[in-house]
Amino acid sequence: MAGTLVSTVINGDSTEFVCQTDETLLQVLRNRLGLTGSKEGCGTGDCGACSVTLDGRLVCSCLVFGVEAQGREVGTVEGLADGDALHPLQSNFIKHAALQCGICTPGFLIASKVLLDRNSNPTDEEIRFALAGNLCRCTGYDKIVRAVRATANELGKK
Amino acid sequence: MKYQTPGTSKEAAVLLQGERGQAFVLAGGTDLMVRMKGRFVEPDLLVDIKHISAMQSIKKSATGFRIGAAVSAAEMGENTSLKKTWPGVVESANLIGSDQIQNRCTIAGNLCNASPAADAVPALIAAGAKVNVVGAQRRRTVAVERIITGPGTTSLRKGEVVEAITLPKRPPKSSDAYLRFTPRSEMDIAVVGAGVSLTLDSKLVIKSARVALGAVAPTPLLVPAAARAIVGTKLNKAALNALAEACSAACNPIDDKRGTIEFRTEVVGVLAQRAAKIAYKRARG
Repeated sequence: MAGTLVSTVINGDSTEFVCQTDETLLQVLRNRLGLTGSKEGCGTGDCGACSVTLDGRLVCSCLVFGVEAQGREVGTVEGLADGDALHPLQSNFIKHAALQCGICTPGFLIASKVLLDRNSNPTDEEIRFALAGNLCRCTGYDKIVRAVRATANELGKK
Repeated sequence: MKYQTPGTSKEAAVLLQGERGQAFVLAGGTDLMVRMKGRFVEPDLLVDIKHISAMQSIKKSATGFRIGAAVSAAEMGENTSLKKTWPGVVESANLIGSDQIQNRCTIAGNLCNASPAADAVPALIAAGAKVNVVGAQRRRTVAVERIITGPGTTSLRKGEVVEAITLPKRPPKSSDAYLRFTPRSEMDIAVVGAGVSLTLDSKLVIKSARVALGAVAPTPLLVPAAARAIVGTKLNKAALNALAEACSAACNPIDDKRGTIEFRTEVVGVLAQRAAKIAYKRARG
């Protein structure tokens, strides 16, 4: 079956893909482009495991059609690390044990990155509100908030 | 499924009009894609309105604000002028879902999805918002409270698309507020919602008001009796009691997992009182 050609930029790289019109961006990322960092939890925009950025804005990729990415910039968890060097958020998630099963982690990392890009020194309450669209059933959230807090402190000192 | 990205409202209307199968407007997609996932709808055509310039921005003019149908709730929250003039409308839009949802969802979509519990709709009704509707043949302007006809149904005809929602020019000493009751502070659906918009005179007496309720009837409700209860007052205790009574009397709620009929009927009065107090305080400045 023929599809629609979509030209986009993913994690800074110009990328073209062909997809069906009813495919979600999440399906395209995972099944066509091999970017399996973004996860499907609920598929209905409740859990945030599929969070990516679209032109810098945080969205659920399960609630975006692949064809909507035409001419736009997508950011996924695969774009966070700089080569082998983890992003400070990734390092701090490990250091603070802010994950157990890991399914929600890519979404939390992207949502946390968007938060810190906009607000370099958020309060714990601001962190919790910014991450309200991401569900974690393992950690109880506290360790995630600590990891984000620690990253903000670390980046603030630089 | 066909996917189209027209450049004008008229083109969008013509596409919707011409489709023999099921045609849907795609704005933020946060309701539509969930319904597609659940196979409640299987569109033959999606008309993505986000490439239509008349729908992309918030404009302030001598007659008030015009919010394009493709403007996200997040963009509304970032517009300081809109937020200052219509804090209740903006807070209602910003209560919908998470940041992820905020960056996609629109108030026009919230309206056309026609949920009885839609957060933005009571605030828009209270604000006296109007809806600019474009059809393949003609345009029309409709009061926002005339769009939703029942759960999931609207008065929009085949081939019609919402281009923008307009908010009227504000007299001095005017403001609004929206409150909802939810068990969780984020990511929840209103059990009850209440929007109040009002204007004060120079002596801080309420000169005019509009009160609208959500999630307590098959459609969001405009409650003129509730507005009459507070007009001519400074929101004294008697006026607030009369406001709550009028709101409870206007309710026609259902029992569901989120709340009982008794709970909704009681809480709607409390929320309307609190929203009126916030709007009054904001209007007084």
